[in-house]
Formats: sequence, structure tokens, C-alpha cells
Amino acid sequence: MPATDGPAPLPRRLQWHIAEIADIIVETPRVKSLVLTLPDWSGHMAGQHVDVRLTAEDGYQAQRSYSIASAPEASQVALTVERIEEGEVSPYLTQDVRVGDRFEIRGPIGGYFVWTAAMDGPLFLIAGGSGIVPLMAMLRHRAAANGKTPATLLYSSRTYDDIIYRAELEGLAAQDKSLKVTHTLTRKQPSGWKGFARRIDREMLQDTGFPPDARPRIFICGPTPFVETAAGILFDFGHGRHLIKTERFGPTGG
Amino acid sequence: MNTPPETPTGPLDGNAAGGILGDLFAIEITAATLICEGCGAFAQVGAASVYGGRMGVILRCRDCGKAMLRMARTRAGLRLDMRGARSLVVDIAHA
Repeated sequence: MPATDGPAPLPRRLQWHIAEIADIIVETPRVKSLVLTLPDWSGHMAGQHVDVRLTAEDGYQAQRSYSIASAPEASQVALTVERIEEGEVSPYLTQDVRVGDRFEIRGPIGGYFVWTAAMDGPLFLIAGGSGIVPLMAMLRHRAAANGKTPATLLYSSRTYDDIIYRAELEGLAAQDKSLKVTHTLTRKQPSGWKGFARRIDREMLQDTGFPPDARPRIFICGPTPFVETAAGILFDFGHGRHLIKTERFGPTGG
Repeated sequence: MNTPPETPTGPLDGNAAGGILGDLFAIEITAATLICEGCGAFAQVGAASVYGGRMGVILRCRDCGKAMLRMARTRAGLRLDMRGARSLVVDIAHA
């Protein structure tokens, strides 16, 4: 039998590629987005992440995972990185790097915590801090794909200045009646603040989310206690477990 | 999202193991289904509990806690141990 009649070749496993920084965007005092030039990028889905590997001159390597912030439709891949003070990688990526610098990257990774505009049902996104990043990729994808299913983002930050993508989120919500963005600020609120001013709880999730019979797809990303609180409450409300997808990150990842 | 932290602080989601599993599997394995040998629960790899760090990961069943998959980078190479999993089911058409 000719070889051409065989099954399609399997995709190759993950390979490391060189990424070059094309642009750096200051998001908040502790958060920057890195826009990357990636010649061999295979494309990605909203919600996926990449591994970043840094190699020191003495050969020491440090590796961390970062969510992709950009929509699949964007011309360049962007990562958003929060500086973790004791971290090995994030201080470098948020303070030291310059446009034109290079590092190793592999991905996209993840087939579980992903959303495409072709999926049915409302979308309920719940973000704690930099947990907004993969959820922002979903909202950017939804806007680029002109998605019409109702979507709600509940986003918890410490202070007003810590809200990542604040202006862009305002713009997305202003131009799309089917998208609702609700903030809660847990530590400090500016005068005249109209959003929530406490940690997420049962009442907040009840007021902002969709009822279980609407069968929303729920994505929760943030620190572990945040994710477990939100997922536990929504499970108690009666949302199907397979519809609640979580991505926890530890406090010392950086 | 972050890598499993160096100092364990409780489990992450199976999604966090996508990188090391990608060292071995050619397809996106976090979307595959893992069936627990302990309790029979089935869930996507991305939904399992992940413990671990730089050297490797352990995936545990979220229902009964049984270790279903261990993968480590050892001096001899990648070591995958799936005692604790009844099977791994891959939707190859969509992988």
C-alpha cells in the first residue's frame, strides 16, 4: 500500500521556539503585556497558555507558564505577566526585558480551559487578579468573532489601579449590550465607586451570574482560594460540574 | 496561570500539567478523559488535581484523591506511571 494512503501524520509534540518581544504594554504598576513575534506560531484557542523558559549565562534554566492574553484572531501573540516579588521569572519579564529581547516559548498548551465563539450557551467569566488574562483572551475572541451569546465578567481586584485591561473592558461593554462587566474591589475603593467592595460571595455570584437552567459555560481563574470559593458556590447553585472550568494558580508561581 | 509552584501550596488544575505532558504526548492531552481506577470517576485531564513542581507532576482524582498519573523528568529520561488510571480516552478526531 502506498504510504500516502496511511492515516494523516500525527501532530508533533511540543517544541521550544524563540519569541522576540515586539512591544511592551504597561497594564498596571505590577503588570505588563508582552507582544511577541513568533515566526512558527501554529495559532491558539482562547484560554490556552504557554511555557516560557529563561536560560542564564551559566546554563541555569527557569520555566513558568503564562496565559495567552491575545485573541486567536490577533496578528501577534501577547502574554500578560504580573510581577511576583520573590519570583524568578516574572521580575525579569516585567522589569528587565526590552523590545527586541528574546526568550524561549512553547505552546499553545491546554485543551480543557478553552472557549470558542462556536460554543453554545451564555458565558460566565469569573476572574481574581491576574486570573483575568485567559478570560480576556475569551472576551477578545468573542468580540473579534462577533459573538452574540450573552456574556458576563465578574472581576475581583484589590484596588482600582490594579484592574488589568480596565479601559478595554469598558470599551467592550460599551459597544456590546450582551456583555456585562462587573467589578469588585476588595481592598480600597475610589470615592463614588459604584461596583462591589468585598470578596466574592454567594449573593454576588447570584446577582451577576446566570441561573443553572440557562446552562452557562463558567470559567473561573485566580488564586486557589478564590477559585475554590467561586466554584463551590456555583456547584451548590446547581450548575453542572462539567460546565464549571477552573484554573488555579498558586501564590508563588512567578 | 502559573506553573505548579516550587513550594507546594495545594493542588492546581490538570491544565497546569499540559507542558510536561506535552513533552511526551503529541496530541493535546489535557482535553483527554482519564478514568480513575479507584472510584471509576471520569474527568478531563485538565480537571484533575495537580501536585508537583519542576521535577514532575502527580495527577489525582478530584473525587476520591487517588493518584492516577505521575510524570517525572528523571536522569534516565521522562518517566510516565499510570497506575491508578483505568484508562485514558482520547477523542482523536478533535485532539
